[in-house]
Amino acid sequence: MAVLGSSIKRREDPALITGEGKYIDDLTLPGMTWAAIVRSPHAHARIKSIDTSVAKKTVGVVAIFTGKDIADSEHGGVVPVGWLLPDLKTPAHPILAVDKVRHVGDGVAVVLAEDRYTAHDAAEQVEIDYEPLEAAVDPKAATEEGAALVHEEAPNNIAFDWELGDKEKTNSGFAAAAHTVALDLRNNRILPFAIEPRGCLAHYDKNRGLTLRMTSQNPHVHRLLLSLASIALPEHKIRVIAPEVGGGFGSKIHLYPDEAIVSWCAIRTGRPVKWIATRSEGSTTDAHGRDHVTHAELAIDGDGKISGLRADTHAAMGAYLSTFAPAVPTYLHGTLLSGQYDIPAIYVHVTGTFTNTAPVDAVRGAGRPEATFIVERLMDLGARAMGLDPAEFRRRNFVSADAFPYQTQVALAYDSGNYEPALDKALEIAGYAQLRADQENRRKSPGEDGGKLLGVGLSSYIEACGIAPSAVVGSLGAQAGLYESAKVRVHPTGSITVYTGSSAHGQGHETTFAQIVAEKLGVDIDAVDVIHGDTQEVQFGMGTYGSRSAAVGGSAIVRSIEKIIAKGTTIAAHLLEAAEGDIEFEKGEFRVKGVPGKAQSWGDVCLMAYLAHNLPEGLEPGLEETSFYDPANFTYPFGTHVAIVEVDPETGEVEILRYIAVDDCGNQINPMIVEGQVHGGLAYGIGQALWEEAVYNQAGQLTTATLLDYAMPKAHQLPSYETASTVTPCPHNPLGVKGIGEAGTIASPPAIVNAVCDALSPFGVTHLDMPLTPERIWRAIHPGEDA
Amino acid sequence: MFPAKCDYYRATSAAEAIDLLGRHDNARLLAGGHSLIPMMKLRLCEPAALIDIGRLEELRGVSENDIGDNALRIGALSTHTEIATSETLRTRCSLLAEAARQIGDPQVRNKGTIGGNIAHADPASDLPAVLVALGATIHILGPNGERSIAAPSFFTDLLTTALEPNEIVTTIEVPVAPPGSGSAYLKVEHPASGYAVCGAAATMTIEGSSCTAASLAFNGVAATPVHAEAVTAALAGTAADDSAFRAAVDAHLEIAEPLGDLHASGEYRVALAKVYGRRALEKARDRALS
Repeated sequence: MAVLGSSIKRREDPALITGEGKYIDDLTLPGMTWAAIVRSPHAHARIKSIDTSVAKKTVGVVAIFTGKDIADSEHGGVVPVGWLLPDLKTPAHPILAVDKVRHVGDGVAVVLAEDRYTAHDAAEQVEIDYEPLEAAVDPKAATEEGAALVHEEAPNNIAFDWELGDKEKTNSGFAAAAHTVALDLRNNRILPFAIEPRGCLAHYDKNRGLTLRMTSQNPHVHRLLLSLASIALPEHKIRVIAPEVGGGFGSKIHLYPDEAIVSWCAIRTGRPVKWIATRSEGSTTDAHGRDHVTHAELAIDGDGKISGLRADTHAAMGAYLSTFAPAVPTYLHGTLLSGQYDIPAIYVHVTGTFTNTAPVDAVRGAGRPEATFIVERLMDLGARAMGLDPAEFRRRNFVSADAFPYQTQVALAYDSGNYEPALDKALEIAGYAQLRADQENRRKSPGEDGGKLLGVGLSSYIEACGIAPSAVVGSLGAQAGLYESAKVRVHPTGSITVYTGSSAHGQGHETTFAQIVAEKLGVDIDAVDVIHGDTQEVQFGMGTYGSRSAAVGGSAIVRSIEKIIAKGTTIAAHLLEAAEGDIEFEKGEFRVKGVPGKAQSWGDVCLMAYLAHNLPEGLEPGLEETSFYDPANFTYPFGTHVAIVEVDPETGEVEILRYIAVDDCGNQINPMIVEGQVHGGLAYGIGQALWEEAVYNQAGQLTTATLLDYAMPKAHQLPSYETASTVTPCPHNPLGVKGIGEAGTIASPPAIVNAVCDALSPFGVTHLDMPLTPERIWRAIHPGEDA
Repeated sequence: MFPAKCDYYRATSAAEAIDLLGRHDNARLLAGGHSLIPMMKLRLCEPAALIDIGRLEELRGVSENDIGDNALRIGALSTHTEIATSETLRTRCSLLAEAARQIGDPQVRNKGTIGGNIAHADPASDLPAVLVALGATIHILGPNGERSIAAPSFFTDLLTTALEPNEIVTTIEVPVAPPGSGSAYLKVEHPASGYAVCGAAATMTIEGSSCTAASLAFNGVAATPVHAEAVTAALAGTAADDSAFRAAVDAHLEIAEPLGDLHASGEYRVALAKVYGRRALEKARDRALS
């Protein structure tokens, strides 16, 4: 059986599940101090004075620094933004606040102590006199007159004003439409909530420079940003290492002030400094996700074909622009508004707004869940307006299988797709016709089945992952390329070490990347190791996020393998005294075509590459190749999900009876890992749909900062998923793979909300905002009812 | 995450624990630690001294035989797991075992204790209303000796009990379920914490086809357990059918000051109590008849 495409078990897991994994908090250096960051309890306030004198007297305190100490120093810096839009307001983001705090959790001072408890005790003793100011919290209300101003440089709190698509053409489409439907929605703010909190351990040596071990999804990007803006050390004097990383979900892409503060402290004091966020500290400082306020409309002609879509969104940026924040509600959101559908005119307008909240940036799905929610909710409203079954309305509007590559009206060109088979498969697994019949029967005789309301929700989603190519994203404002690197080092005895610029933190690359190499080179998978996450060991790379690692990182490995095979072929041809063109490489052997038995084994060629006793004239010894793979396009996974729910009309409680996910991520390297990613993605999306919300009150206090209040999904709350796939390979990368890490998160919120709204349709309910708390549903069923 | 500094004492007897409480200002008893430690980590609670009673065997265990008049004694340090899995309780006071099984998760149940739970008096906790519905008695030891309080009088306000500063809960006495009776604890969980947004505890005794006795109490809906005596009074002598339950609950369930929060308003909790009160009564009746 082929290694590539088989469900071999993750090689990472034995160590991780037996507690042998080494995370940041498992690491200790001699002389290490602990940092505690003193954070603002106010959403918006002027800092009038900071008194550290009492705190400094605490036994065990090593040093206390404030924003002014950092600003006045040689290595003091700011947190940069990595994606620039036209006219983007980029107010400075000092690594510790100097005169003003702008969200609860904004850092004001840092305490270093000999142990962690002392650091936290002393942090409580730092006396800060604040002058509290009004806070701007809601992304839309923040732009209205009289709202508190987060930054003087950004009037009306507007960070950017962005549009995409043909406004006039879209408006004409609406003017001529037979039917239109409209939707006002709020896409709930969520916390990223990696199980391992963010943290770092910095150590500075005058000769070697700074070594920063940190929770990172992209160590080279972190090193680059630190060097460019935050701590003013040359890039080669910074080594960033990501040890085991316990989940990221986007939150460990961004550069936060904290790593820069800790690095600065290590440089200043000459002692190693460690900082680990507490859970509540992470809740108020990790970049959050979503938080959109949107008005959207769909225009439909008399035949049930969509004639236009338009959307106007206010997207919270939070108090400061996080690393890739401006890209998320724009190029990762507006561009997805065509969904799986052939829509002749689309226009989207997005206002990015500063609010006195934690920054908002990429969180699993990043913009695409928000777009998919708009499109898939509008599809259900459109179907209802047309009196069509939601499946039929979708089918009628799908981009047809022969239309690929398909150019949307919002910039993207879909590489490949075949949407009807995925829909058909999902409906078949669900037993869709029977479900609709059951629903009809229940509605006719509501006393049966405990009176529970049955709802069926579809979500036919499109996803765009492996964002690329670099030249295009550069023209759109990215301050980085979006290729990936891979070095394949073949050792003299034929075993192999792969150095990838991807940086796994739960995705299983040590397994899947080894599968690619084992398959392509015909070696045993145990002869392949994968190294990642250390800027000193690995060549520059972009890291792991946006479901890019298989499509971009995996393809880079293939490119390096192709170079290895080419060089191996040259060596083999020389040893076999044959022409290079007559050599074929198969199953670990270089053979002369058509001459049985005339071959050089993989091991012999590798050994000769390093012995160099008999190489072709001019050929360098060694067998090691590096590639930087820059994709031609995004990849576009897709699929259809079906949620089947029961709603208790007396209480508003929702039970997910079944959840069917049919996903198409192209060729699958490891179907078990694909399924695992789908499961995790679904939990993430279902959590947003039913339970999760980061709630700021009007004063800008996060009222859901702990797991006592913030409802991260638990296993017993989730159904047993029914997963299946179709396979439509990506036509432009050498593996034919797409991406799967975010699909479940993108597809599931509208599937769940559509199902609940379907269940509630007899009550005239057309839309409910997430999370669908029982009370929200109960109030929709019992409007105005007093208890 | 990082509690403030405090002193730690391990008591070797209940009497010593009471003595230590008397000798230290701002001292707190530590049993299973599953309410106190989280509050200390958030620095919502900063005791000067912790008095650990967690290893006092004298306060542990479920009596296997009846004591006095058809009652069972449960040591205050019995864990939720011990209660949930006690064969005696499962067969003779199943309401308590059923509720204990629904507390938190296995780790919480393995450490958390019944005494600590009720002394903390979290209104969203699962045991208070169950003890009220059962007509349990709380036995207390203090500097002046022993005393006993009926469960409804024990819970006086939000996170407040009738315990005097230097007293500790020693045992909880619960009546054995009478023949022909059934009970049920139904709960709407907060999706994050697992605490009760509304927990309904009901008992019912059926003779022939009519209800001769019933009790109903709620967690999570008010500052203290809501004892719906008017509802069950209205049920006595009725046919114990669903419509009787609905009529009794609709007419007689009153929750004066319902609790409300971000997740569930007071108004909604009252609506939940009506539905779950009725469902708990129905289930208790079905079990009485089965």
